[in-house]
Amino acid sequence: MKVGILALQGAFSVHEEMLQSLGADTVQVRTTQDLNSVDALVMPGGESTTMSHLLNTSELFDPIAERINNAMPVFGTCAGMILLAKSIADGRPDQRFYGAIDIDVQRNAYGRQVESFETELNVEGLKSPFHAMFIRAPQVVRLGTDVEVLSRHEGKVVLARQGSVMVASFHPELTSDNRIHSLFLQEV
Amino acid sequence: MTKNVARTTGSMQIKRGLAEMLKGGVIMDVVNSEQAKIAEDAGAVAVMALERVPADIRRDGGVARMSDPEMIIAIQASVTIPVMAKARIGHFVEAQILQSLGVDFIDESEVLTPADETHHIDKLAFDTPFVCGATNLGEALRRISEGAALIRSKGEAGTGNVVEAVRHLRNIFGDIRKITQADSAELFDWAKKLGAPLPLVQEIAETGLLQVPLFCAGGIATPADAALAMQLGAQSVFVGSGIFKSDDPSPRAKAIVEATTHYLDADILAKVSRNLGAPMTGIGMDQINERYAERGW
Repeated sequence: MKVGILALQGAFSVHEEMLQSLGADTVQVRTTQDLNSVDALVMPGGESTTMSHLLNTSELFDPIAERINNAMPVFGTCAGMILLAKSIADGRPDQRFYGAIDIDVQRNAYGRQVESFETELNVEGLKSPFHAMFIRAPQVVRLGTDVEVLSRHEGKVVLARQGSVMVASFHPELTSDNRIHSLFLQEV
Repeated sequence: MTKNVARTTGSMQIKRGLAEMLKGGVIMDVVNSEQAKIAEDAGAVAVMALERVPADIRRDGGVARMSDPEMIIAIQASVTIPVMAKARIGHFVEAQILQSLGVDFIDESEVLTPADETHHIDKLAFDTPFVCGATNLGEALRRISEGAALIRSKGEAGTGNVVEAVRHLRNIFGDIRKITQADSAELFDWAKKLGAPLPLVQEIAETGLLQVPLFCAGGIATPADAALAMQLGAQSVFVGSGIFKSDDPSPRAKAIVEATTHYLDADILAKVSRNLGAPMTGIGMDQINERYAERGW
């Protein structure tokens, strides 16, 4: 069982450290060969426009779409959540995304970096609050009926799951708390 | 579920978090909205808004200052990626203005003419994260102790010559490697030699890592230069004059973005390096009158 981390750009190395702390065998995914060797995929935070561009130039976009259609477990944080959404409220016209979970998102919905923040979240299935970091974070602006909500912040959905797809608008990889990664690995 | 309401902004973790998100990316210098859009289209993770690229500052001479807020606002309106801007070393009022504009990262930059020859900005007093240049580990640790959330090599901006950036990266990573081999008594001498706080030196001895991400800047002109910086250990690259002073900026920008991601894959590097037109001409270190890297203390 191998867990891939999309390593085109962004906070992939901290995700990898967190998955390894849970005993997972990890692979940084930059090519289709890398993708073929993994059973699950984490899409990290970073810039979603950059990742979308690099998914095209690295010829990874369609192979990943096919794997997601075939129920490969996938976990997207921040930019990763944007890539997995059904629609992007203020994305670039040429920005590609997977439509793997029935949510619409708005990029940078909390504002610029000075508005980025830390907070405590209550998460379904976790006994104590989770310390979460929101960095130029996206917001869920529409939620499909089949999407399971795992956490809300100020009424907005910030952690959700549908089938084998899990998304977070915050960054569980930036703390030393690996409980959300553990929730994902339970699916794998 | 209960409602979560408390928010903390401007913490060091939140500042370093944005630096983490920029890893594996290219930050491009732009002087107007058109260039900012070309940069975003090419896959830049952020743009640095400034009035003149370093090559032009070098050519024109005179005092280089913070850019006109109007121009920064226009660039912010034209792209969705983070926008950075430069303040002069020690000019905390320029930094206050940049924070008020909502700039995502402030570069306290040696490319501009220093405003204070003794003091850098107290970066802990700001909610906006700062990036600062360094030529060696001591300088990097002094900037981190002042609150920098990101360090970049200074290199020699506006030259299109990567030699100084390589020297600075090797200085910093070389000393980190040596410190991990030092015994506890030697760490006191390292702190003295570097002019850096002892606890930060001790932390490096333990982790083998700088406390914040380290990016490369100053002289990158080709995809191979970007990959060289990444293989030496930089985690992202800043490209200043190298893109918009080249013959054909857009393909070069895209190629540098791909090279930064696939920096270990020589086949991809060979592919993206083809047919990019002429890079910026560049200048040798013996041909320049003033070394910007010597600014800052």
